[in-house]
Amino acid sequence: MSTHRRLSVFDVIGPVMIGPSSSHTAGAARLGRLARELLGGQPESAVFTLYGSLASTYQGHGTDLALIGGVLGLATDDERIRDAKQLASEENLTYAFVPEHGSAGLVHPNMVRITLTKAKRKMEIVGASVGGGKVEVVELNGFPVSLRGEEHTIIVNSVDRPGVVTRLSALLSQHNVNIGNMAVSRAAKGQAVVMSIEIDSILEQHVLDQLGTIDGVERVTMLQKLR
Amino acid sequence: MAIESLSALLQKAEELECTLGEVVLLAEAADEQTDPQELLDRMTHYLGVMRAAVHRGIEEDIRSLSGLSGGAAKHLHQTSGTLLSGLARRAMTYSLAVIEVNAAMGKIIAAPTAGSSGILPGVILAVAEELQADEHRQAMALFTSAGIGQVIGQMASLSGAEGGCQAECGSASAMAAAAAVELARGTPKQAINASALALKNSLGLVCDPVAGLVEVPCVKRNAISALLALGAAELAMSGIESAIPMDEVIQAMGQIGRSMPVELRETAKGGLAQTPTGKKIASQLFEE
Repeated sequence: MSTHRRLSVFDVIGPVMIGPSSSHTAGAARLGRLARELLGGQPESAVFTLYGSLASTYQGHGTDLALIGGVLGLATDDERIRDAKQLASEENLTYAFVPEHGSAGLVHPNMVRITLTKAKRKMEIVGASVGGGKVEVVELNGFPVSLRGEEHTIIVNSVDRPGVVTRLSALLSQHNVNIGNMAVSRAAKGQAVVMSIEIDSILEQHVLDQLGTIDGVERVTMLQKLR
Repeated sequence: MAIESLSALLQKAEELECTLGEVVLLAEAADEQTDPQELLDRMTHYLGVMRAAVHRGIEEDIRSLSGLSGGAAKHLHQTSGTLLSGLARRAMTYSLAVIEVNAAMGKIIAAPTAGSSGILPGVILAVAEELQADEHRQAMALFTSAGIGQVIGQMASLSGAEGGCQAECGSASAMAAAAAVELARGTPKQAINASALALKNSLGLVCDPVAGLVEVPCVKRNAISALLALGAAELAMSGIESAIPMDEVIQAMGQIGRSMPVELRETAKGGLAQTPTGKKIASQLFEE
């Protein structure tokens, strides 16, 4: 939480959260929730691979309960987080925790890989709890990204071909959507691409559908700002 | 109109002849382009969450997941004091209540962090009860605290992993000391002096949690940090000033944090965590 940028009053006092730790509990719930939103609904199974200090202290901090709670859609201040395992069995969510004690590839002390499945679909993120309940998803299905859940974001999977970005931004501007930030990442030249586009307002379904019909676009997901 | 330093905040409050909390609220409303009333409502809501946590902690049987903490606030609430009584004892009781609720996965407000979440509610609610300060004044005292915390976070750190416990319980204590002065109708200058006295007495405090959990020594450190805040407020209210201005104390805290070895910054690799008993507790917990 140290930065030389301006801190707001509610960065200092807040968030409202379920204890005991903003990074190990509140951050974990938020990462679980981001994973759920990126999957687009309730998963059938969840595997949490824990790294760094999350691997060694996840039970004592209720990180496991917070991650499950988040995947079930609970906010960081929802007191049902304590009963998340019970809730998971009621909702037929199966889960597993895999603590990884090595530090290979660890870019942050508190990291988790979340793999969710729903029907035939599989979605995987790598997220970091960066302190004070704030989080960052650094990898989405193998692509490097930077998602924090602090802005409305459109995630676009597309082929790597000239013109896709132009057509996307043209369509967005046609609908008067203001782009705050845009990032493009790809595994290699000519391969699949993931774009994340931060926008100021929630996109209506028909605009999302239109984005999906753009030549080269394979999938569009709307990730709403988490409160 | 971001608050860059506490000397600037003090100057503004003296210029406008208002409290630190009022300057912080107006600055925030301007920066976030929000109605001040909306911010005040949010803070009042937070105050309610704090009050509920205190209530739970002193009335219910609280136990953490690890079993390492719980029940101290209720015990203190049901017994009478030996050396301390009244306000001082109540502030400790309330602080313990909130931090025990935190350890037991209850709902709290990080202030500034979860591991230091007992200190502000403990001090503010106990002082408000003693001086019969209404909810509005309590919420405004939280804005005063926030202003102190903003500058500490911007100039140094509010994270134990970066700056040790001085950055968490030390900061909370400084924030609470200023709030206590404001509730007691001290001057803005006295409030900032109180925060400096409190932070000076927390310098060097390391973050050495047993088994890496927010319990030992955090729970009791919250209680005693509340007492430290009251002591600092009392000195400042009587006109005693900190020889080193608060902005410089904050810079010293940041510098000390940066030179602190990583073993003493929330990694559980040093200090109390590595005592024979600390290690025994950790191995017992992890065997299960």
